[in-house]
Amino acid sequence: MTDELTLIGKPLPKVDALGKVTGETKYADDLAMPRMLHAKILGCHYPHARIKHIGTARAQALPGVVAIITGADLPVKYGNLPVSQDETGLAGDKGRFVGDPIAAVAAVDEETAERAIDLIDVEYEELPAFMSVEDVLTKEGEPIQDYGDQGNVHKMVALEFGDTESGFAAADYVREDTFFYQGNTHLPMEEHAVVAHYTADGKLTLWSSTQCPHYVHRALSKALAIAPSRVRIIATPVGGGFGGKSDPLPHEVAAAKLSMITGRPVKIALTREEVFYAHRGRHPVLMWAKTGVRKDGSITAMHFKTFLDGGAYGSYGVASTYYTGALQPVTYKVPTYKFEGMRAFTNKPACGPKRGHGTPQPRFGMEIQLDKIAEAIGISPVDIRRKFVVDENSYTVNHLRITSCALGECIDKVAAASGFNDKHRKLPFGKGVGLACSSYLSGAGLPIYWNNMPHTSVQIKIDRGGGVAVLCGSTDIGQGSNSVLAYTVAEVLGVSLDAIQLTVSDTDLTPIDLGSYSSRVTFMMGNAAIEAASKLKKLIMEAAAEKLQLPVEALAAKNNSIYCIDDERRSLTFAQAAQLAEAKHGGLGAMGSYTPPKLAGPFRGSGVGPSPAYSYSACVAQVDVDPETGEIKVEKIWIAHDCGRAINPLLVIGQTEGSVYMGLGEALMEEQDFRRNQHKIPSLLDYKSLTMMDMPEVETILVEPIDPEGPFGAKEAGQGPLLPVPPAVANAVYDAVGVRIDELPITADKVLKALALKAEGKEPRVGPKGVPSFVFPEPVRVEPHPQAPKLRGA
Amino acid sequence: MLSERGAEAMIVAGGTDLFPNMKRRQFEPKSLVSLRAIAELQRVTGDADSGLTIGAGVTLAQVSRPPVIAQSYPALARAAGDVSTSQLRNTGTIGGNLCLDTRCNYYNQTYHWRKSIGFCMKKDGDICLVAPGGSRCWAASSSDTAPVMIALGASVRLIGPRGERVIPVDELYRDDGKDHLTKAADEILTEILIPPANGLRSVYLKLRRRGSFDFPILGVAVALRLAGDGACAYAKVVLGAVGSRPVVVPQAESILIGNRITPESVESVAQAAARLAKPMDNTDSVLSYRKKMAHVFTARALKEAAGLP
Repeated sequence: MTDELTLIGKPLPKVDALGKVTGETKYADDLAMPRMLHAKILGCHYPHARIKHIGTARAQALPGVVAIITGADLPVKYGNLPVSQDETGLAGDKGRFVGDPIAAVAAVDEETAERAIDLIDVEYEELPAFMSVEDVLTKEGEPIQDYGDQGNVHKMVALEFGDTESGFAAADYVREDTFFYQGNTHLPMEEHAVVAHYTADGKLTLWSSTQCPHYVHRALSKALAIAPSRVRIIATPVGGGFGGKSDPLPHEVAAAKLSMITGRPVKIALTREEVFYAHRGRHPVLMWAKTGVRKDGSITAMHFKTFLDGGAYGSYGVASTYYTGALQPVTYKVPTYKFEGMRAFTNKPACGPKRGHGTPQPRFGMEIQLDKIAEAIGISPVDIRRKFVVDENSYTVNHLRITSCALGECIDKVAAASGFNDKHRKLPFGKGVGLACSSYLSGAGLPIYWNNMPHTSVQIKIDRGGGVAVLCGSTDIGQGSNSVLAYTVAEVLGVSLDAIQLTVSDTDLTPIDLGSYSSRVTFMMGNAAIEAASKLKKLIMEAAAEKLQLPVEALAAKNNSIYCIDDERRSLTFAQAAQLAEAKHGGLGAMGSYTPPKLAGPFRGSGVGPSPAYSYSACVAQVDVDPETGEIKVEKIWIAHDCGRAINPLLVIGQTEGSVYMGLGEALMEEQDFRRNQHKIPSLLDYKSLTMMDMPEVETILVEPIDPEGPFGAKEAGQGPLLPVPPAVANAVYDAVGVRIDELPITADKVLKALALKAEGKEPRVGPKGVPSFVFPEPVRVEPHPQAPKLRGA
Repeated sequence: MLSERGAEAMIVAGGTDLFPNMKRRQFEPKSLVSLRAIAELQRVTGDADSGLTIGAGVTLAQVSRPPVIAQSYPALARAAGDVSTSQLRNTGTIGGNLCLDTRCNYYNQTYHWRKSIGFCMKKDGDICLVAPGGSRCWAASSSDTAPVMIALGASVRLIGPRGERVIPVDELYRDDGKDHLTKAADEILTEILIPPANGLRSVYLKLRRRGSFDFPILGVAVALRLAGDGACAYAKVVLGAVGSRPVVVPQAESILIGNRITPESVESVAQAAARLAKPMDNTDSVLSYRKKMAHVFTARALKEAAGLP
């Protein structure tokens, strides 16, 4: 099938580009309905406070106010992970961060709703606030949540694969470092919005800018105690998600409840400040890393400790915690590995999944540490990586299955394109280059809630005019999943793109897809689409063969035509063939599904990390550092990405450049910063992210090994390319001016501080001094996978 | 209209400062008096030889572009072109930028945010959250163009019910974050009068975290005039964003005028500038860094203006 592809691999425009360019695309906040009410949410005024009483009388009396709800109206807990059912939509017993939703008002217009919010009288009893992991480990006071591993420690993990003690003993050089990766947020251009409409027949419909309509469906059904069949979730076109719209969020629950009470459509459009509070962004992670290598640079043992500042709710945090340990062994051969991680509840907006989910933080530490090790043992940053890249078709020490891997080629190409070897340690003072690599999932191998069903299904119906209706629960959040779905079906059936009609992300109409997260959509939806389209193609080709009196093997389908390969004049149009097939078989419809292979290892916690395939990236950053001001100008980024086959190279390059943009923001300036127990800068102006003026040239090199299980050999591109960017910048800053900034963001004042230390003859480094003396539980000891890299001589 | 409605009315020109502040309820006017339709406020007249008169309603984009400004008053073109983003420069006016409300990241926040942390004296409260022990407001003057106008020796014309007056831009400001303008609420700033360039060399350098869409966290405006023999005849150094008003560095005049400008004299003025800079912890970045940069940026701006390497 992959011999002569007509659409796959071509730089085609997105199928939904025109609507976005012309403004025809209707986002959730563009929706308006007759009798629609507008609702506003009241956020808690304290970081941690018991809600003793909420007085709504003054607000209720305001003309135009239609309904007011509080936590008392929403008593049922829900959450995305079965182990973290800790949200109710509006907090009932207590508020857990400044901005935590505690009440909502529906009114005839937004301004009235906002005025009513100020008239709600809340009586609080302040509780001690925990604003950091340090607070959680040292401060007394009522825990934020009533569950977790101990006090405010939400989750503890300790795993050891093989004997790291022997591994470190076998090393010629061992080093320990600490790193800190600051929290940051997704910053989608579109602020979240929702319209809920509960109609007289007892049916609730929600139009929402969500990445995961299926999870919103589950959560709303539970929180509002409505049968799933009476809830319909439609994901509107999403103006950027990046993980921030993966959780069912309070405003979705509140709008639904208000519509149920009033019987009228209710809209909630979050303000930018409220988006900062909805958050679910990058966890701030404090890390300790110990790595042992032999003289040649091969790793003998690695030990990581991570401390995650989780915010007030669980969200995906248990998975995030595991992810800070799971993927370290997926890039270079690691024969023994120990991981200890903990996540703390703090009185801040909940952290969760952001592009790279839990893996950019340890990747930052690991790739800087390798750079330091390479220098200490006198080998090049290229060699310490290139020589020890994991083998294709192998397993890692922590039981992750690797299929295709072209990291070696990525390193070679990015080093060659950037002239790395000619520049590293050779550029004038102030200029430098840095290298870093990474890998990422192409879809989580296991579902979020335990079940044996497919992770996605695609349904196709073919009409008598040759039109192809394709239905899937997948959600296009700008990454191009609609386009991938259309290209895939059109390619298999041999029809043009204008024959394809997509219906997506509607829980009433479309088969379930788990959602746009963990870079799963192309891989999983793509395979399901191929399966569905192939089933129909078989029927159509058989009918055509019968009519043309040729064997099926003699036929090909392309350009809306079914024709004889040896004599193209003997042909039928696709529509004619479809009609023949319908006459023969009845209405033409088919379903295809994708279920990942069983990939989990034989230990508790093995559910996080497995993926049917891993993408790989290698990145070189070139920087110019002004030693007088500490200002960093990133001059250019070269990035080679192994995405398997690029379904559409244009979209892959777009995803890669977007990842570089976001990675540079995290590297240089983005900070979810708190002061006096509340978010310091919840606005687009004050929360600093890169502008167009700060964005360097990006040279993307696509490396396309054909993955054996990916659709047309494809893997992922949406998240992986972010990961190597921050450590590449940190390594480049070191190359430029000889200072180590072991924490993000790398700001001018930190560079200047490190340069001052250097001038004083002290260690030229800014970063955390250490990690808390936290006692992790005894690690679960797991035998390495038999096909994992072996510790030589052990 | 302004005097009739008193404190309940505010002036709007471009609205790029006013409207966001209204949304966050930092400003709660009952009436807005728009100056947009007044054609007389939107003219640039004069030239470098006779001096320039810029109407207060001229947009920042228009100030940043004309050759006469770019060539004869480059610091002004640079400062106007560095304000915010191109979209806002197309709307925001030079008069509005001079009258820009002082900024503080305890104050430029929503009502809910300010209520949660506790209201400050600049709006709805009675303490300063930046320096809670003191009795004054430390919000920072954040205009890019104000330090340049002072360095250029410009004046503003104010028209109000009590008549008309022309005052140096320097006298438009007072060192009080809560009430930083000497302009009365019912006075309208109509035009800015810039003296003849007459060989003036001017430079504006702005510190901010990124290349666009940021207020200054330090601005340094330098204007110098060198006589035929190379001796300095005019010297002004004015700092922005490190106080509640633009900070004039008097040492620039006392050290530089009458002498040739040398690396040593530049260093002395830069040291003086850093001493006078009083950044507070209420903007982006770290205040110690901003103070250090007052030194570096002053030195760089002076060297650039004086043609030193």
